[in-house]
Amino acid sequence: MALVTLTIDGKETQVEEGTSILEAAKTVGIEIPSLCYLKDINETGKCRVCVVEVEKSNTLMASCVTPVANGMVVGTNTERVRSARRTVLELILSNHRTDCLTCEKNGDCKLQDYAYEYGLEELRFPSDRVLPELDDTNPFFIRDLSKCILCGRCISVCSDIQGQDAIALIGRGFDTKVAPAWDKPLEESPCVFCGNCVQVCPVGALTPKYSVGKGRFWEIEKVETTCPYCGTGCLLDLHVKNGKVVGASGADGPVNEGWTCVKGRFGLDFIHHPDRLTVPLIREGDGFKEASWDEALELVASKLGGLVSEHGSDSVAFFSSAKCTNEVSYLMQKLARAAVGTNNVDHCARLCHSSTVAGLATSFGSGAMTNSIHEIADAKAVFIIGSNTTENHPVIGIQVKEAVRRGAKLIVADPRDIELAQKAHIHMKHLPGTDVALLNGMMNVIIEKDLHDKEFIETRTENFEAFKECVSKYTPEYVSEITGVPAELIVEAAVAYATADTASLIYSMGITQHSTGTDNVLSTANIAMLTGNLGKESVGVNPLRGQNNVQGACDMGALPVFFPGYQSVTNPDIRSKFEKAWGRELPSEPGLTVTEAINVAYEGDLKGLYIIGENPMVSDPDINHVEAALKNLDFLVVQDIFLTETAELADVVLPSACFAEQSGTFTSTERRVQLVRKAIEPPGEARSDWEIICDISTRLGYPMNYSSSGEILDEIASLTPIYGGITSRRLDSKGLQWPCPTEDHPGTPYLHKGKFSRGLGLFSAIDYIPAAELPDEEYPLILTTGRILYHFHTGSMTRRTEGLHAHRPEAFIEIRPDTAEDLGIVDGEMVQVSSRRGKVEVRAKVTSWPAPGVVFMPFHFAEAAANILTNPALDPKAKIPEFKVCAVRIDRLPLEAAL
Amino acid sequence: MNVVPADLNNVESIVNEIVTRHEGNKHELVAVLNDVQKTLGYLPESALIQVADGLDIPLSKVYGVATFYTLLSIKPMGKHVIRVCESAPCHLLGANSLIDVLRKELRISIGETTKCGTFTLEHTSCLGLCGVAPAIMIDDEVFGNLMPDDIPAILEKYK
Repeated sequence: MALVTLTIDGKETQVEEGTSILEAAKTVGIEIPSLCYLKDINETGKCRVCVVEVEKSNTLMASCVTPVANGMVVGTNTERVRSARRTVLELILSNHRTDCLTCEKNGDCKLQDYAYEYGLEELRFPSDRVLPELDDTNPFFIRDLSKCILCGRCISVCSDIQGQDAIALIGRGFDTKVAPAWDKPLEESPCVFCGNCVQVCPVGALTPKYSVGKGRFWEIEKVETTCPYCGTGCLLDLHVKNGKVVGASGADGPVNEGWTCVKGRFGLDFIHHPDRLTVPLIREGDGFKEASWDEALELVASKLGGLVSEHGSDSVAFFSSAKCTNEVSYLMQKLARAAVGTNNVDHCARLCHSSTVAGLATSFGSGAMTNSIHEIADAKAVFIIGSNTTENHPVIGIQVKEAVRRGAKLIVADPRDIELAQKAHIHMKHLPGTDVALLNGMMNVIIEKDLHDKEFIETRTENFEAFKECVSKYTPEYVSEITGVPAELIVEAAVAYATADTASLIYSMGITQHSTGTDNVLSTANIAMLTGNLGKESVGVNPLRGQNNVQGACDMGALPVFFPGYQSVTNPDIRSKFEKAWGRELPSEPGLTVTEAINVAYEGDLKGLYIIGENPMVSDPDINHVEAALKNLDFLVVQDIFLTETAELADVVLPSACFAEQSGTFTSTERRVQLVRKAIEPPGEARSDWEIICDISTRLGYPMNYSSSGEILDEIASLTPIYGGITSRRLDSKGLQWPCPTEDHPGTPYLHKGKFSRGLGLFSAIDYIPAAELPDEEYPLILTTGRILYHFHTGSMTRRTEGLHAHRPEAFIEIRPDTAEDLGIVDGEMVQVSSRRGKVEVRAKVTSWPAPGVVFMPFHFAEAAANILTNPALDPKAKIPEFKVCAVRIDRLPLEAAL
Repeated sequence: MNVVPADLNNVESIVNEIVTRHEGNKHELVAVLNDVQKTLGYLPESALIQVADGLDIPLSKVYGVATFYTLLSIKPMGKHVIRVCESAPCHLLGANSLIDVLRKELRISIGETTKCGTFTLEHTSCLGLCGVAPAIMIDDEVFGNLMPDDIPAILEKYK
């Protein structure tokens, strides 16, 4: 692009053609004031504060929208400019309620700054405007439109970043305001309360509720860290004052680029919730007594040690947590393997993506997201199957919407009319549990129409012929009968996916949580290989991991068959490497998975269990069975930040620090290792998870001594080739994406370039197998479960967050209008839902979202736990339970029916 | 503008027909809203929702446009709409005295509709008739160089 030379305030500069004067000024260190300008997002020239004088031009120019020209001579701070700005500011201020004394924005307000700079003591223009009333109806932020200056930043962010278009400028003249259509409450608009509007508001019109009165801008220290909710890996700035987290905002992370979702921004007040555990607890009858750390740790060590000497190492098991840091999961598996001598170590990835690890490792040799999140926006087609992206990975949802804005075809396969299904070009509303059939049908079409990538198949893959033979019988008509998707839609989707230059396939638990979970994953790998959508930018098979550090917990070997870095425990060479490093003989037999451990406990062969940060009493299938199993243990230790439903059953409860109170690293779904920084001290006597593990290990006779979490990370790097170059010295705000084998390696944005991790990509011939439990006369409906935007997993954090809990206080079951009519159920009534395993009472939400014969429940709510109903049938390879399909019946409650 | 009595039972097919006539082109939003208003007399909620859907424009934006232009209305209008120019030249040459007479004759204020539903009285931004200020517009017809005494006779034509 051509360069343009111009002079700004006497300084010459050269910038690219098309650059605005405002941006050009930055190159010579001049910051032109503006209220409305947001680079690339809101460039409208609306507020007129950025006006500058351009020689030979009669009028002043808005510098944010005026492109530079050769030979231009610009004055940004002349008397004429300053006088114009003063008038503009006076006009803005005349319609702005000025209450700086109590305004939350005081000290961080651009209007206040400029009023000060331009000396606006008295205003010449009294206003007739009737100032709008304050709106504090939503639980997340306050809208005080009497301070709104109509700059339009919030509208641009809502539209062009978040893609919700909830608000616009409505009305005209003095009555103009930023609001949803008909000035309805935000709750009745498409608003998802991401609060990105709050973050960009230059004045005090939008302020987060939970920060009100908690601290002035200049008193607050911002600590950059990684969000503790989903696996996207957004960086947040925690706002800290006097040892308390009083707010949060999006930091400029490589994935989130400053944005965040409702949970990251407004969902952190659980940190200071009065329910936080602050002292160790020891069981006493039906309750607990408070204990000293010494007493509690001694009891844990003596009980676990006693069980090991009496019943052997494999009589105890360890559940690490996808919520904790890499360092914690590393130490947890080291504790199990080296200190105790068992491979019985696992974590909740078993319940969400164990089939991903099993499936993608088979097909490609590496079980992780192949590409990076930011690449999605440039894909020419995005195929989402079994992921409610905008609710469960909201900031990745932003990338998908951006891809659509840039012209990508969006194909969604989901049994419900989720937001992205409504925005998709093609929505295949298939029945839960029919994913293999659907994908085989699409692949049948691709081969029939000769759209497959023959060169890629020839040079990069193997076993194509057997696979081709297998899919040949899955004609669109046959698949249509199984899935309920019209044949022509299957053809259309197949052609759209196969003919796009780059197609990114995204999936999540809709694929993995089935008794055929591994088969589903293998099928996603098949369709990507068939079309050559691997090993380059903006393509790939992209499983979105649910928890902040579920990728890391897997990477760290909190898995019964792997040491850190997916190094097999059955490989003698690997084992001897770890034996040398850890100074102990290590077990060679694979251990128990989470789901198997529960079953073995139920049978009485597992005696002791140490759980960190997991809540199987809400998260696991068939909770009645889980409860019986946990009660059958001789000794249960639970280490958590709250007394969860699981901790209530424990013999010893250890209080731990939450993410804001300890240091370490999380690995996001795109394999990016990022820093978690300690911002505040833990409450009471709560301690860092890694310090607690070290103490227990030491008391078990295997001393662990680390001075910091960084020292643990360096030990991980020394033993884990994919983390080889990821050391505490190197990590900064950008993080590093594994594989990163050496200290000079830049990290790997996308996998399998030129060659798969296993050499050739392996096609698998996969036949469709129906779900383990299908509807029948007694239980005629298919229940599928999932999550909602405003809660996270078992709700132990989000349900202790004021705003989130107020906004979505209770569970519901989505029932189609036709089903509801058949059963005589009206929207909002309480119903009883039962399966072969149990029953719950829950409120009916009548909606056309689910596919025919399907009902949906979120699993966050312990008092109406979907997992009392779900089927614990396991995938034979990955041992993941079938959360996504079980048969249920719905009955009206006697009282409701009598009305 | 000859306002046809609002056919609110038929909003769906009417809006559909108008959107189709404009080939679903989102750049013709103002024209579409204008046509809907001409047919229905105003822009009811259901019509705006359908326009948003049909043109694939966010509802908030459609509503924003519908409430920005003085020629569009989200409230039911009288059979005839009287628009008094409120720009500076008309103001200087006595627009306010015209309004005084109109209010007295019709017994309504700016923004209101007569009980019988015959007239709605509104302000409008500049009509581009500054040469014959003060000016008013009734439906599609313009009247300029007005004196307060001219008003009763003009209204009579529409009663």
